[in-house]
Formats: sequence, C-alpha cells, structure tokens
Amino acid sequence: MSAIEPPAEIVWWRQPLDRVEGTWIAIALVWSLFMFFMMPFWHIYGKQNLSSEAYKTTPQAYMAKAQAMVDQYTVRKETAMQLPVVRPPPGSDVYLLGRLWQWWPLLELEKGQTYRLHISSMDWQHGFSLQPVNINTQILPGYEMVLTITPDTSGEQTIICNEFCGIGHHNMVGKIYVTEGGQ
Amino acid sequence: MSQEQFRTCPESGLQFHKPAELLMKAHAVVAVVILLIGGIAALGVTLTRWPAVHLLPADRFYQLLTSHGTNMLIFWMISFEIAVLYFCSSTLLRCRIAAPKVAWVGFGLMLLGIIINNAAIANGDASVMMTSYVPMPANPNFYLGLILFAVGALIGCFIFLATLVVAKDEKTYEGSVPLVTFGALTACIIAVFTIASGAVVLVPTWLWSLGVVNHIDAAMYRVVWWALGHSSQQINVAAHVSVWYAIAAIVFGARPMSEKVSRTAFFLYIAFLQLASAHHILVDPGLSAEWKIFNTSYAMYLAVLASMVHGLTVPGSIEVAQRAKGYTNGLFQWLRKAPWSNPVFSGMFISLVGFGFLGGISGVVMGTEQINIIIHNTIYVPGHFHATVVIGSTLAFMSLTYFLIPTLFRKQVAFPTIAKLQPYFFGLGMSVFALAMMGAGTLGVERRHWDMAFTNAVLGFDYPASAYTLMGIMGIGGVLAITGGAMYILVTVVSVFFGKPVGSESSYGFTSTRLMRAEPLVVPEGGHEAAGKWGLAAPGTFLLALFFLVVFVLYYAVNWKYLASVWPLS
Repeated sequence: MSAIEPPAEIVWWRQPLDRVEGTWIAIALVWSLFMFFMMPFWHIYGKQNLSSEAYKTTPQAYMAKAQAMVDQYTVRKETAMQLPVVRPPPGSDVYLLGRLWQWWPLLELEKGQTYRLHISSMDWQHGFSLQPVNINTQILPGYEMVLTITPDTSGEQTIICNEFCGIGHHNMVGKIYVTEGGQ
Repeated sequence: MSQEQFRTCPESGLQFHKPAELLMKAHAVVAVVILLIGGIAALGVTLTRWPAVHLLPADRFYQLLTSHGTNMLIFWMISFEIAVLYFCSSTLLRCRIAAPKVAWVGFGLMLLGIIINNAAIANGDASVMMTSYVPMPANPNFYLGLILFAVGALIGCFIFLATLVVAKDEKTYEGSVPLVTFGALTACIIAVFTIASGAVVLVPTWLWSLGVVNHIDAAMYRVVWWALGHSSQQINVAAHVSVWYAIAAIVFGARPMSEKVSRTAFFLYIAFLQLASAHHILVDPGLSAEWKIFNTSYAMYLAVLASMVHGLTVPGSIEVAQRAKGYTNGLFQWLRKAPWSNPVFSGMFISLVGFGFLGGISGVVMGTEQINIIIHNTIYVPGHFHATVVIGSTLAFMSLTYFLIPTLFRKQVAFPTIAKLQPYFFGLGMSVFALAMMGAGTLGVERRHWDMAFTNAVLGFDYPASAYTLMGIMGIGGVLAITGGAMYILVTVVSVFFGKPVGSESSYGFTSTRLMRAEPLVVPEGGHEAAGKWGLAAPGTFLLALFFLVVFVLYYAVNWKYLASVWPLS
C-alpha cells in the first residue's frame, strides 16, 4: 500500500531491510559520527575555539573597567567624535563594549601577541563581527564574554554589528588596528 | 454521525468529512493570504538589499523585514500545516474530525493573533525582527498576537490528536496509520513542544513589555526563544517530508521502500530534532563546549541521519515504482520519464533536491560548533534557511496545493501553463538567491542590515567587490523567486475563487493518471531488485545519494580549511 494508506502488512516492522537502504544507512551513520567527533578533535588540535569563559556583569560595572583601560592606555583620538584609540599591553585584559550604535573604544593590538578580549553590551543585544578576518560572536547585555585572541595578520580590521539593534544598527562600526610587532 | 457528512472524491478516492473540509479550506486560504503579505514584504526587502537598487529607507526596511519573518516563518507555515494535519487525520483515515467547533475556536484565535501581530508591525513600533530579542522592546501587541496564534495552533494540534483517537476508536482503518499520517504526527508532537516553549518565553516577555515584569535575562531568552524559533522550523521539516511521501504516493502510487526505515527516521526527528535550537547560540557567552557539541549535533547527528534516510527513501520509492512500470533502461530512465510538467511532482522533486543539497549541507556545516564562528549572523544564515524553509517546505506545500485544488476545493486549476512553470521559477530563483547569500555570507556580509556600504557611519568599511556582485545576484534570484510566488498566488486564488468546478476526467489539467488509484504496483519477477541493477532496487537513487555525500564531504572540508585561516581563538 502506498504511503497514504495503512501498511499492507499488519506487522510491517518485520519486513527485512532493503539492500539500498541498509547500505545507505550504514554510510550515513559513519559520516554522522565522523562529523560529531570532528568537533572535540578540533578542540584538541585546532586553533579556533571559543572559550566558555564569561561572567555576569552590569553595564555600570563593565563601563568602569573599560573606562579605566581607556584612561590608562589611550594613544590617540580619531574622527570628529574624538574616539579614543587604546593600545593595551600584550597579554593584558582588553575591554570592548557595544552600545547604541558604537563599538568603543578603538583598539590597537600587536601582531602575534595574545590578548584577553572582554566584550559586553551596555544596552541591547549586538553582534560582534570582525571583518575581513570574519570572526562572529553574540554580545549580550549583562554578560561579559572573554575571548583569548592572537591576531596573526596585521592591518585594519573592522568591527561590524551583525545583530539587529534598532534604527542605527547599520552605522555601528568599530576598529581593531593590528600593528607589526616591535613598533 | 450521518453519512451525508462525507463525500468521496470521484477521482482520487479520498473521502472528505464536510466539517473537516471546511476547516482545511479556511486554514489554507488564510495561509495563502499570509503568503501574499509576506511576499510583498519580501519584494521590499530584496530590492533594498540589492545594493544597486537599495529601494527603501532604513526604518521601512527593518519594518518589512520583521513582517516578512513573522508572516512567512510562523503564520504561513503553521496555518498551512494545520490544514495538512486535518488532511492527514480526517481525510487519510476516512474518519470524522473531532470537535469541529473547538477547531473553529482554534482557527479564530490564530486569525486574531495574525491580525493583532500584523497591526502592531504596521504601526511601526514593533520593528524588532521575528526574534524580538530582549531587551529591545516592541509594542506589546506584537507578543500578544504571537501568543494568541500559538494557542490557536495548539488547539489545532489537539484536534489532530483527538481525530486519531476517533479513527482508532471507530475502526476506520486497519493496522497502523499510513506513513504520511505518522509523519504528520511527528510534526504535531514537535509543534506541541514548540508552542509550549513559545508560551514559556513570550508570555513573560509580553508582561515585561506591559511593565508587569521588570527584567528578562537576554541569555535565557535566547535559549528558550530558539526552542520556539528553531523547533517551529522542525515542524516544517516533518510536515514537508510527509508531503514528499504523500506526493510520491499520489503521483506514482509509490509505496515506502520499507515502513520500518521511514518510520524510524521520523522517530529520530521526535527524539533529537529539537536539540538544534543550540545552533543559534553557539557563539553566545558562557555555554560549555560539551553542551554545544551534543546539542548542535542533535546527539551525534542522528536527526541528520534521519533526513539523509528520507532523502534516499522518497526518491528511492519513486524509482522502484517507475521501474515496476517498465522504465528500467539505464540508471535514470525512471527520472527522465517522470511527469516533469506536472507541478505536483516537479515542485516536490525540486523541493527534495534543494532541501538536501542547499539547505541540508549548509545547515550542518554552519551548525558545526567551531565553523559557526565564521558564519553566525552573516547573510549565510538566511541563505541557509531560505533553502530549507522556502525551497524545502514552501515549495512542497505549493506542490500539494495543485493536488488540493481539484480534490479539496473541487475546482479546475486555472492557467495550467503558468502552474506548470511555477515550481521552476520559484525553485530555481530561490536556489540562486540562497546560493548567492551563502557566498556573500562567506565573505562576511551581515544579515538584517540596511546598508552594507556604511554610507552614514562614522567609520567605514569596504566589502570586496565580489560581495557586491553576489548581493546583486541575490537580488536577481530573489525577484525571480518572488515572480514564482506571485504565479502561485495567481493560480491558487483564481482557481479557488473564480475557477470552473471539476467535472470530467481532465480536471487536474496535468495528468490523466487517476491519482491515488494509480495501478497497484506489480512486483517484477525476481522482486524489485530484478528491475534494478547491481542487486539494488533503486540503483539510480543510490548513485544520486553517493553524489550528495561527495558534495557534502567536500564542502564540509572546505569550511574547516577556511576556519583554520582565522585568527587563533581560545
């Protein structure tokens, strides 16, 4: 009987497996398991894994930490808005915040050095999208995410917001400048 | 229960219960109206994201994008699915529908919810996207509309379940329910889970928007919201796979290669498909790698396995049926000789291929824990889900409509030539659209974004020229697909409201096969394997499946390679 009628055999579950189906199920299962184990494998041998390090925070507490870093390590200001460019020491904790509609402050990092990049939102949800290197994460208010990053290409990277955050969403742009080591 | 309540369709042999028939018609008509509204929004969105056109101002763009998302992904799909549930219970089991008055209450709530939600979006203070991520606030009626709709849909689910009980109780069928009904039951179970999750997240959010609740945690919202948002798309998967099986049965008289395999695959959906809500939170703060790996892979990709099984058994059952009819030359005569000018078949087959090759592969790749880092919230994501939800579900539902117009609505299909071409316009346009989006997303282009050129931003950024080219191709594909959608609405509306009643045998317009009563399969001497090759009953399908696997493996590998080029992160 066809698929829109009850099965012809009352005990349909006794019907032996067709060879095409049996072979394909075996192949598909092997592939599924391979893909599954690829993820833990990459945690051990791959270099691109997000940490699960995160803290609950408040916009006020987070802002205070970012402000302290900006006060200490600002090297210059850019654009008509006088946005601070911060050059924190390698290995240090770097605080980036997203707010309507800005990534603040601008950062200057050194190629080949490792930083603990903290990110949080002051208001709504934002999407941290670093281009053109193409790293994307979700930024939430009340949560401080910590990424340990090692820029391995020099030049200008742009932070775009790729989570919709209201009418100014498409103007929310920040920068990470990566300088060659020793400058 | 009097016999006058039933009519038997002379051509298909289907038996319709009058109250069920009216309900199906009502849900289907509302669904098509929603598709029209969502389609108009789609045109505005596409023409704005096409950089050379950039039609609408930002506020209108975000408003239409919100409307497009909720109307298409929630209202169109679920409204049509309730009609499918009633069809798969009352009609396929030849029984009365349980409690039709309660079902009408469900319908009324769904319609009311649709109207309230759409009015809130039209008002302009609910442009928060379908996801309405807190703490970005929307007009409270935005949430209220969704809640009312969900309650109505939940009633529909329980009417379906109650109808299964009625059929069993009144012994309207023998043995087990048909495979298609089993698939619909899968969809229904997933729908109940989905709607319950929706209530858990949307009721507090609605109260928050009214000022009754003072805080909703953003991370908690995302976890629970996606148990609504992603699971509702899993209803679509279960429903459209059922529709594939139904169409294989309707057009070819195909029987499942094995009931056991197909039903087990549906059961894997029930057990594991919901875990995929995790796909959306792979790059959220604070979730452990173990949690992400287990959930994003649907527990070792067992739901992917299920889809790969359906992807083989649906065309496999068609091949077996065609070979039994004598199309045994070579590997693919069965496919070449399929009724490609019958949109019931052509739409279903394009849906199957598009869902697997474009939607399925991209979904697994982007749902891989680490690879998500290079894809999250880029326009790759809508590229993926237009392949699954639009080519997969919507096109499958469109194909089914061409069967329902004569059988359920008893009308001739108007403009048969347009109907014949429609699946090709829609399916191929949408394929171009989805592929171009995936390409642009790979280059980092953002989703839900009005201006990829950052014209008014303090700091700028230039995407490579290839990203602009891809977004232009996306625009062309989108317009082609919207044309296909308009063709569907034209044919459907004219047929249903102004069409000629069916009378004679040619009323389907496409095929003289007496649907459903397609001759019972004659098993060739030596079994179905004898009509195949290499001892396989469906060798052509098996070869296509292997080709699919090769594409899958290559694309998966390419993405790991791309990820390896990104800055080290830990």
